Amino acid sequence: MSALHDTARQLLESGTAAVVIGYGEGTAGSARPLFVRDAARAGELVFDERCVHNLSVYLLKPEVKALGKAAIVGQPATLRSILQLASEQQVKEGDVIVLLPETEGGVRQIGSFAEIEEAVSEADAQLSPEEKACLDEIAALPRVDRWRFWQQEFTRCLKCYACRAACPLCYCAQCIVEVNQPQWIPVPPHPLGNMDWHLVRAMHLAGRCIGCGECARACPVDIPLNLLNQVIEEEISGQFGAHAGLSASASYALSTFTTGDKDTFIR
Amino acid sequence: MIEQKRMPTASMGALFQRLKAGGWRIVAPRAAGDTVTFGEIESPDEMATGLVQTTLSSKSVVFPMWEELFRFRHGESGAEFRDVDEAIMPTAVVGLRPCDARAMQALHAVFTWDSQDEPYLRRRGRIALLGLSCAQADDCCFCTSVDGGPGDATGSDLLLTALGDDYLVEVVSDRGRELAALAGDLLVAGADVDKAAYLATVPVRFDAARLSTGLSKAFDREELWLEQSLRCLGCGACAYVCPTCACFDIQDEANRHGGARVRCWDSCGFSLFTLHTSGHNPREMQSQRWRQRIMHKFAYMPERLQVVGCVGCGRCSRACPVDMNLAEHLNAIVESVA
Repeated sequence: MSALHDTARQLLESGTAAVVIGYGEGTAGSARPLFVRDAARAGELVFDERCVHNLSVYLLKPEVKALGKAAIVGQPATLRSILQLASEQQVKEGDVIVLLPETEGGVRQIGSFAEIEEAVSEADAQLSPEEKACLDEIAALPRVDRWRFWQQEFTRCLKCYACRAACPLCYCAQCIVEVNQPQWIPVPPHPLGNMDWHLVRAMHLAGRCIGCGECARACPVDIPLNLLNQVIEEEISGQFGAHAGLSASASYALSTFTTGDKDTFIR
Repeated sequence: MIEQKRMPTASMGALFQRLKAGGWRIVAPRAAGDTVTFGEIESPDEMATGLVQTTLSSKSVVFPMWEELFRFRHGESGAEFRDVDEAIMPTAVVGLRPCDARAMQALHAVFTWDSQDEPYLRRRGRIALLGLSCAQADDCCFCTSVDGGPGDATGSDLLLTALGDDYLVEVVSDRGRELAALAGDLLVAGADVDKAAYLATVPVRFDAARLSTGLSKAFDREELWLEQSLRCLGCGACAYVCPTCACFDIQDEANRHGGARVRCWDSCGFSLFTLHTSGHNPREMQSQRWRQRIMHKFAYMPERLQVVGCVGCGRCSRACPVDMNLAEHLNAIVESVA
């Protein structure tokens, strides 16, 4: 931990970074996002298995951008969303310094997209065995039961938009739910409004979701939204061989055409 | 004068029957996985047990997540309007925590402040609150810092406290007496117990008087609000789980033939909340929205409505995806400003 503290302190003291976005102690033994702007407070940073938030969500927030250059404590999901954001021209090379705590206790400091690409691997893009089992279980259901499963889950939705707020890839300045001429998505949290919202959100993340699971973790009523995105991710990686968040220069599978694309879906 | 009775724990099913025979439908905490919300149930077996707090509060009983206000359509001779003539069943809310019952007073203050909110009052007039004292609390609870307590009877019509084989039943209001009459011989005399021994311990987490002084000087402390709100994601989870948040958004759900005007829960944490048509937003930054949330509950509501807009239920702190612990932030305000 002391290497992380030292690195953060030095970045802030030298003015190389204006803020270090990392993790600190939270309520009842949990860890929470922590913004360190004062070098004297670098010692409050922690990094262990409790640190689950994908902090890259903060990089595009105007309040955080206004602070100046950020250094961010990275883990695989954070790195992958930075790369995905880079491929969507939302983060520029040099915008952010990534701090990678290493198992031996050191901290690697990287900044270029090439270095970030090197630090992530295709293995990071695979579903965990638990996620895979969960998806398989739902996939094994008859279509009508799958529909019912999601209807049931969406019944609880409050439309608090915590899923959207916690998602690093949900960065639209005007979200489609806020467009009211025409009103694409009903505002009330009734069954139709909720179904519309979650299906549209899943589609907007198709091929872009890096599978960090923040949407599900943020949901106050425990809707497993990550599964919806993961099944689409499986579909897209299967069809196009593309995983989101592995390259800063990737082109988006669903808006790219190459002559080698399969056209077997045209019947 | 609060009358005290006892009821054997095993009589809860019979109490449900008598309430239902008396025309009351019963709404109580119901679990779906880890999420516990208030919903209609038939028997006590369906009630979620062993919990510190429900995920959502009971406010939806008087202020639903969304509701139709009126309907409209293009008629033969122009626009036609029709009131929503929804029959509202008398509803007994069973097993809400003392903080939720207390929260009904804050909601009442908001909905009867400058105008009498008809949809709210229609519902409020037809509910009875059967509170259940808290035997356990967690790190997010802070009712004792905002005048409440784990056995506080304020707002409840009947307050039940589990004593083991019996409930202590406190008859708090006229409506409570009406329910006690329905319960009849299920309630027995002999309630001479020290209730406190059966209640959770909830530490006082901040000094309310110093908070009040602090907030009167805190509006311009921009750095304080920024520091507190940097990690806030700007979602509406805190407001939607809150038992006293009463802001709503008015929408028309319509097609070319007609539709309905509806109101839905809204949150001051959303950047859209104060966005003007001109494009100007008086609360452009999350720090300003966070300040508004705190000031509204702990300064403006006490000043204007003589009621604190928070009952210390702790739901916002539990629901927050980034652990914006409210009591901790309030304490920090006290420490840095007061």
